[in-house]
Amino acid sequence: MSLIAHLLLFARTLRQAGALVTTQQVTTLVEALLCLPSLDRENLRHAARCTLVCRQQDLALFDQLFDRFFRAEQGGLPPDEPQAWRLPRPWPSWVGDMHTLLPSTDGEEGRREVVSRLFSYSPLEVMRRRRWEGCTPEEGQVLRQLLMALRHSLSMRRTYRLRRSRRRRHPDLRRTLRQSLRHGGELVGLAWRERARRPRPLVVLADISGSMEIYTRTVLLFIYALAQTWPKPVEAFLFGSRLTRITPCLGIPSPDLALEQVARWVTDWAGGTRIGACLRQFHRLWGRRVLGRGAVVIVISDGWDQGEPELLAQEMERLQKRCHRLIWLNPLLGVPGYQPLTRGMQAALPFVDDFLPGHDMASLQAVARHLCRLPSRRPHRSPGASAGRVAASL
Amino acid sequence: MVERGFLSPQQAAEALERVSYIAEPGLAVAIFLSLRLQRPLFLEGQPGVGKTEVALALSRALEAPLIRLQCYEGLDLQSAVYEWDYTRQLLEIRLMEAAGEREKERLRRHIFSPEFLLRRPLLQALESKDGRAPVLLIDELDRADEEFEAFLLEFLSDWQVTVPELGTLRAQTPPVVVITSNRTREVHDALKRRCLYYWIDYPSFEKELAIVRARLPHAPEELRRQVVAFAQEVRSLDLYKAPGVAETLDWAAALLALERHRLDESTVEETLGALVKYHDDLKRVREELARGLLAKALARPEAGKSDP
Repeated sequence: MSLIAHLLLFARTLRQAGALVTTQQVTTLVEALLCLPSLDRENLRHAARCTLVCRQQDLALFDQLFDRFFRAEQGGLPPDEPQAWRLPRPWPSWVGDMHTLLPSTDGEEGRREVVSRLFSYSPLEVMRRRRWEGCTPEEGQVLRQLLMALRHSLSMRRTYRLRRSRRRRHPDLRRTLRQSLRHGGELVGLAWRERARRPRPLVVLADISGSMEIYTRTVLLFIYALAQTWPKPVEAFLFGSRLTRITPCLGIPSPDLALEQVARWVTDWAGGTRIGACLRQFHRLWGRRVLGRGAVVIVISDGWDQGEPELLAQEMERLQKRCHRLIWLNPLLGVPGYQPLTRGMQAALPFVDDFLPGHDMASLQAVARHLCRLPSRRPHRSPGASAGRVAASL
Repeated sequence: MVERGFLSPQQAAEALERVSYIAEPGLAVAIFLSLRLQRPLFLEGQPGVGKTEVALALSRALEAPLIRLQCYEGLDLQSAVYEWDYTRQLLEIRLMEAAGEREKERLRRHIFSPEFLLRRPLLQALESKDGRAPVLLIDELDRADEEFEAFLLEFLSDWQVTVPELGTLRAQTPPVVVITSNRTREVHDALKRRCLYYWIDYPSFEKELAIVRARLPHAPEELRRQVVAFAQEVRSLDLYKAPGVAETLDWAAALLALERHRLDESTVEETLGALVKYHDDLKRVREELARGLLAKALARPEAGKSDP
């Protein structure tokens, strides 16, 4: 088998394991190999790494697969003449290996096949999984109403880009000059520009632990409706004992299929809650990437937290400082006589801008209306609230 | 096509080392290929690992001029590519009128000639002096808006810019392009696929020590070893923002300025602000210091001999 055929197989397996690899990238790799003066295993690895991978999260996968495909003991590959690009030996060891890696089917099944063969899961990792019933007609109806309510006037922010406008904000010299040329260079009037308006990014973090179980379905439908209506992709995360990003599921056109996919991805349904630790993980992995540009953040949780309240307060403070508005939906707030007295809720509350109920469709619709009316300024936040002080008072 | 750059990845690494940039083998291959295949180099990594530095070092190593485009939100074509010099154009119209020029078409052609064009970084990068292409640094692309990325996609594959009034301006030799991103948002895959992608990680002890040596040749070796050992140790704590190489260098420079040639608890305590820059992280490192973080760092075999 020629090296090129082998590389194509490698690219295909990478793709099936979930990395994004286009044919064009493979072409680039071949070009790259042609101009490398010596083609040893390390150079091949580096060249393949910088041409085939374009996302940091795929790098680990690449390294694993590369080591399986190109074994160190095979030594250097032949020198640079293209006709010499044949593997020196039949390499029976890796051919067998490769066939165990190549999935029998394409698509999602194939992907999981490769991944599970690569990273054999320990039994401890296999947690509870869940199946969802289909979406009932009533729920579908309410969902549509929600979409209608949300459609208009979403929370917008002014960008720094200027676009032409009738309002007199910034003079548009280019257009002014061109207009004047039509009149032989006489300035007839000024043309104007103003700052464009864009919807704010929306980030949702929802609690799916045991105490939230009866609300989880409604909450997921709510997130789905938000994602369908919001003009930008909504970043959504579920947490209980661990954090799961479900953003890609929200692009699925049918709510039933979307929920099914979510159910497959999440491994900690109805388990314990460590809100602080999950938020910390969120900040480390995603905060910098999804909280830019004046994001609105919605946390949906009842505030039952088994972790340290100090950690929760600290992470909430960080979250609030980095977003335009932090909204906390607590389903229990709809229960008559409920007081947010749990330690977790007490730790989080000083850093919440809006504390709203979210136990049924009606209250979620109210939330949707609230989202449409968010003021363009950041809410006033008391400078006295700090994680240290909150933790001390608990 | 003009052969450019280096003969091998090895040579690239050596040339960069001569201008005090230490590149690991993977990065050297990526740089070598980016020059050979005339593809932009797309660098990602935590802040302070030396992404921008790659472009600066390349420009020194290739003896090519550096053109830098710092991205920010709201960056538009007027500040990235070109703009007309409106004030001079308006004045010119008056002057031509005074000289009796009446014909509109000639007036228009004269006003929109290259003489009145203000060249911004991307347009400058298309012009090479005596066949030597400049190094174009597009810094922190993630800060710019998505619209700008779409424009770059075209610019980076065709190496040309169209000015409606003038026509298409094309590069004789494509510039050497380095794009950096801090991942405050995801840059579109379509753009990244056209580039050679490299993720710069925090350096190993050996590499970081080599960097500190190259950058601070006057510092005592013992201090350099201790500083790097401590920085590596701090990085292994679970901090919100681990110190980058830039911070290590700052810190070492700060210690030199204070004429401390050896690390001890109080010195670290006084100067920690140069290394760790978040309140929570500072608190965490101070706690660890009390628990013997410094001793642990100095006990690393690579940290060299040091008597307390």
